[in-house]
Amino acid sequence: MNGLLEIWWQHAPVLSVVLPSLTAVLLLLIGDQGGMAALGGSHGGGRLRWRRRVTLVSALLGLVMAAGMVWRASLGEVVVYRLGDWPAPFGIVLVLDRLSALMVLLTCLVALPVLWYASGGWDARGRYFHAVFQFQLMGLCGAFLTGDMFNLFVFFEVLLIASYVLLLHGQGKERFRMGVHYVVLNLTASGLFLIGLAMLYALTGTLNMADMAQRVALLEGENAVLARVAALVLLVVFGLKAALVPLYFWLPGTYAAASAPVAALFAIMTKVGVYSIIRTHWVIFGADAGEAALAVADWLLPVALITSALGVLGALAAHSMSRLVAYLTVSSVGTIMAGVGLFTPETLSAALYYTLHSTIVVAGLFLLVEQVAAQRGDDTDHLRPAHAVREPVLLGLMMLFGAASAAGLPPLPGFLGKLMILQSSHGLSAQPWLWTVVLGVGFLTIVVLARAGVVVFWHVQPAVGVAASGNSAKMLSATWVFMALTVALAVMAAPVKQYTDDAAAQLGDRAAYQRAVLGEQAQTTRPYTGARP
Amino acid sequence: MITMEALVASGLGVVTAAGVYLLLRGRTFPVVLGLTLIGYAVNVFIFVMGRLWSNANPLLVGEGPVADPLPQALVLTAIVIGFATTGFVIELALRSRHENGSDHVDGHEPQSREGAR
Repeated sequence: MNGLLEIWWQHAPVLSVVLPSLTAVLLLLIGDQGGMAALGGSHGGGRLRWRRRVTLVSALLGLVMAAGMVWRASLGEVVVYRLGDWPAPFGIVLVLDRLSALMVLLTCLVALPVLWYASGGWDARGRYFHAVFQFQLMGLCGAFLTGDMFNLFVFFEVLLIASYVLLLHGQGKERFRMGVHYVVLNLTASGLFLIGLAMLYALTGTLNMADMAQRVALLEGENAVLARVAALVLLVVFGLKAALVPLYFWLPGTYAAASAPVAALFAIMTKVGVYSIIRTHWVIFGADAGEAALAVADWLLPVALITSALGVLGALAAHSMSRLVAYLTVSSVGTIMAGVGLFTPETLSAALYYTLHSTIVVAGLFLLVEQVAAQRGDDTDHLRPAHAVREPVLLGLMMLFGAASAAGLPPLPGFLGKLMILQSSHGLSAQPWLWTVVLGVGFLTIVVLARAGVVVFWHVQPAVGVAASGNSAKMLSATWVFMALTVALAVMAAPVKQYTDDAAAQLGDRAAYQRAVLGEQAQTTRPYTGARP
Repeated sequence: MITMEALVASGLGVVTAAGVYLLLRGRTFPVVLGLTLIGYAVNVFIFVMGRLWSNANPLLVGEGPVADPLPQALVLTAIVIGFATTGFVIELALRSRHENGSDHVDGHEPQSREGAR
């Protein structure tokens, strides 16, 4: 046991990436005959059970390790893991600080209930669900932990390729239609990512984030202008992932087309964009980055506020429940980015707290919506009067809870998160804009969800035809887990807020980050001129 | 005299423009071709961002200047990833054509106007 702890202590960051990838390989080895036929045959059924066991145990282990990493990061140390022990900036490093530990924990917190939910039947509606899911987790954890820009791109590709396949899970016309859009958009974004990255490399001669932050600050004149261009190109790329105006149009259709557990997992995908924006534009193009400092500050806040407003208007116009939740995702990303875009540690801390809340709530709502839809016969999740659901009290209360949390009614964490963002903007010039948009969006969210609730639960027609069956205990319990998590987030608001405060402060302290990654006196021969040192 | 940099830059511009044009077409096949062209342009762009060298060794051998080796490694990674994703998107386009009965990117033939080709 002590030996295992020792290994974990030494290799913590990389283990969180290695574990899902090894699990995925193991799941591939177990094999998958695929389809519902596997449920019938005893042989295939046994393998399905094993796949579920393996994936759930692995996700649980991942969660424990992520919790350990958060504890370790909360001690204040920046843990740097040098792959192959090559010194930075020449080798690739994984960096575990408070922000990345928090994001990895959030990923695992979402992944475990979603996997539990999926093993209620979704995982048998296509092949290799669990294996691809684990690859997705690998990409997510890697993207959050890496301290190297090109490595970030590689992990982006890993999680994107997995997400392409997950999106198509269950197949069907709509999924293929949205799949083409999603894949083409993301491949184009990957091209742009490489362009931005290559420009930064040309200017700084490094790909290591800490080293890059050091060198961007030294740029002057036309080089600084080029660096600002690269920063904006990267903002476009990450903005597409995070679904910011005007790059969010792909999201509602895609998320609505995806199967419920996949959509719930995708709730974390937009946060990868948010995380990358924080990492790039706080650490590399932060306030002390010389002439290229705060290259995106003029853009981020207006874009975020417009995203938030348009997202909720889209939800108001949505004609199905899953589209409604997808638009609420867009809206919540807007609120988060508003906190990030104000570029003060207080607002960033509030935005991080709200990130935790909105990811969990949106994931829970995606799962809940499918269970409501399953009991409404042919009308599924269309927002029009249909016959009553079979368990109106249970599902209705859950819906009420999720809606209150998403809209930000006290005492749920949505309220706390929005309050923190509002409070932290006190005294800033953008305060009137922020308050207007956040409060207006909160009000409209209540309207949207109340309208949906009325149509689904009250505006019912007498039942005709067969009554739909109830939902399986597995699926319900997974949804309950998300509800419980939001309550926990509200109860533990003080320590969580303390942690996000510290995380924001740590992000602001670029010198300490660079010292941790590069050592006391880092020297490189870059930018490269061809001369031998 | 035209410099090497100007030549490469304008060449990249033309390829990228062609890629963007194809990307904006309505059928999946030109879109995939467009993605491929953009991928090529991006790969060469990364390579060029290590500066253009003449009379330099690609690897650390002998005397004299050595070309920046890192972009070469990056390009290799980008090529591999691009190859895999192109394979995936072709397969996806074929399945979408099969499922929806149309190779239009929206999964159905445009109703009005005489078709986006």
